[in-house]
Amino acid sequence: MSRANERLHVTGEVLSVRKVGAYRQLTLVAPGIPELSRPGNFVAVSVGQTQPRGHLARRSLWIHRVRHTGSHGATLEVIVEPVGAGSRWLAGLTQGAKVELTGPLGRPFAQPREPVGCLLVGEGYAAAPLFGLAERLRERGCVVSMLLGASDEPHLLAALEARRSARSVTVVTGDGSVGRRGVISDALPELLERLGVDVVYGAGSLATLHAVATAAEQHGAWSQVALELPQPCGTGLCQGCPAPVVGEDGVPRVVRACYEGPVIRGDRVRWDALVGGAP
Amino acid sequence: MTTALAVPGLAMASPVMVAAGCGGTGPELDALAPLAGLGAFVTRTVTLDARLGGPPPRLAESPSGFINAIGLQNPGIDQFLARELPWLAAHTVPAVVSVAGASIGEYAAITRRLAVAPGVAGVEVNVSVPDGVDLGLFDASEPFAAARAVSAVRRELPRGIPVLAKLAPEAGRVAEFARAVAEAGADAVVVGNAVPAVMPQGRPGGLSGPAIAPLALRCVAAVREAAAELPVIAAGGVQDTAGARAFLDLGAVAVQVGTALLHDPTVAARIAAELQGETR
Repeated sequence: MSRANERLHVTGEVLSVRKVGAYRQLTLVAPGIPELSRPGNFVAVSVGQTQPRGHLARRSLWIHRVRHTGSHGATLEVIVEPVGAGSRWLAGLTQGAKVELTGPLGRPFAQPREPVGCLLVGEGYAAAPLFGLAERLRERGCVVSMLLGASDEPHLLAALEARRSARSVTVVTGDGSVGRRGVISDALPELLERLGVDVVYGAGSLATLHAVATAAEQHGAWSQVALELPQPCGTGLCQGCPAPVVGEDGVPRVVRACYEGPVIRGDRVRWDALVGGAP
Repeated sequence: MTTALAVPGLAMASPVMVAAGCGGTGPELDALAPLAGLGAFVTRTVTLDARLGGPPPRLAESPSGFINAIGLQNPGIDQFLARELPWLAAHTVPAVVSVAGASIGEYAAITRRLAVAPGVAGVEVNVSVPDGVDLGLFDASEPFAAARAVSAVRRELPRGIPVLAKLAPEAGRVAEFARAVAEAGADAVVVGNAVPAVMPQGRPGGLSGPAIAPLALRCVAAVREAAAELPVIAAGGVQDTAGARAFLDLGAVAVQVGTALLHDPTVAARIAAELQGETR
């Protein structure tokens, strides 16, 4: 596993905040971090503006996109769903606000050397890192398809943009407000069959990622899943994000989702332990 | 200010150390803020056999603190020596290995391996794991028992390598513990550790972070008063230079920075640099 990637701890600045359905999209100036980022990396953000802070846990956010702007150089885009104290604080930030962040963190998606057929499966805001990945894969000559799912339209991320990055896009929503009515796990087997997929990339809830890994294995494809577990520090220090895996040697281990992950080969995850909450 | 003692045998470039269990295995932190300027790096607590650790959630936010129930996840002493210590030994920061045992025999067995490993600058005996009994550790909740653990480590370790004993920040008893472990051969005491607490789900855990700094300050003062000749390393809620200074002004020889690193991985290096700036 690759490690000791270059990472930075900086004070960034909010350039803009935009409402995107149920989410907020924050564009951040974070000197040095965008240039180092690869699809599947995340940043750890501190919550609260004043020192000392009452909230010590950091918030891990997927790097959605890196954009090059004229006046601010490269910027980062992250997606926030305001559901808890920290994410509501982040969602309420306004232009010019300062935020402390660390990144790029975690092991990114591995990309194939050969041009192969890829299916990118994203659920809700967790689909964020897949759009940059789609562009990278296309540059490598891969045939990229996407399957996006959410409970309803406001929770569906960037479906229009997906049509620019991918050859085919399938959308499923729980209430049928966009695309087909249904869930990702039901749509997967037929897509894998029809599209001739060699590699499946997944980003979403644990249940969806488990479905991705299982369907890929049944289909004879590789899978890479971006685990989203609570990560108290995000930097590999606290051992608070245990991910049960099986090593190349067949030995069960517990690794850190934030450091040895978050992207892990789907067939290496001990799903029964992960979903069951055992170490 | 009280004249600072030193920890015999431990050459520290700064009075700022990384506390056990808060610095990963070393390289994670070093990539964000070099460890080189720090006094020492204390490893996560290592046991004789590998431990997979507890189930999630393992940490919960508490106002100005964390409650943790990591369950001492570690690869066991042999894997630690093979895979983690060599990185620390190859870097310029002194490596202090934190240890805990299920029995006195385990303390001795772990230390026999450490005694012949290159790059061990010190051993910190963790006799104050907040949920230690639940984790099947040797019960060191009385001073004589803590002293037995320290004595077992001291006996197996070459004289030149210092033994630190990490004590709970329990104001009424910490001085008694300090005297007992000093008599058993501890070269210094670390005051204190996470405070026994409860996770939101009801499992036992330990509370750490700025929330417990006032407890630790009181305990450091108590030990300084009771045992003026015993070097004290303070641990508890240090998150900035003023916080570190408060402990040093009580006569602590060094401070350990732990929980604050989870929030800002550069904070220990910054405190070390700022303290050095003050003394110039």
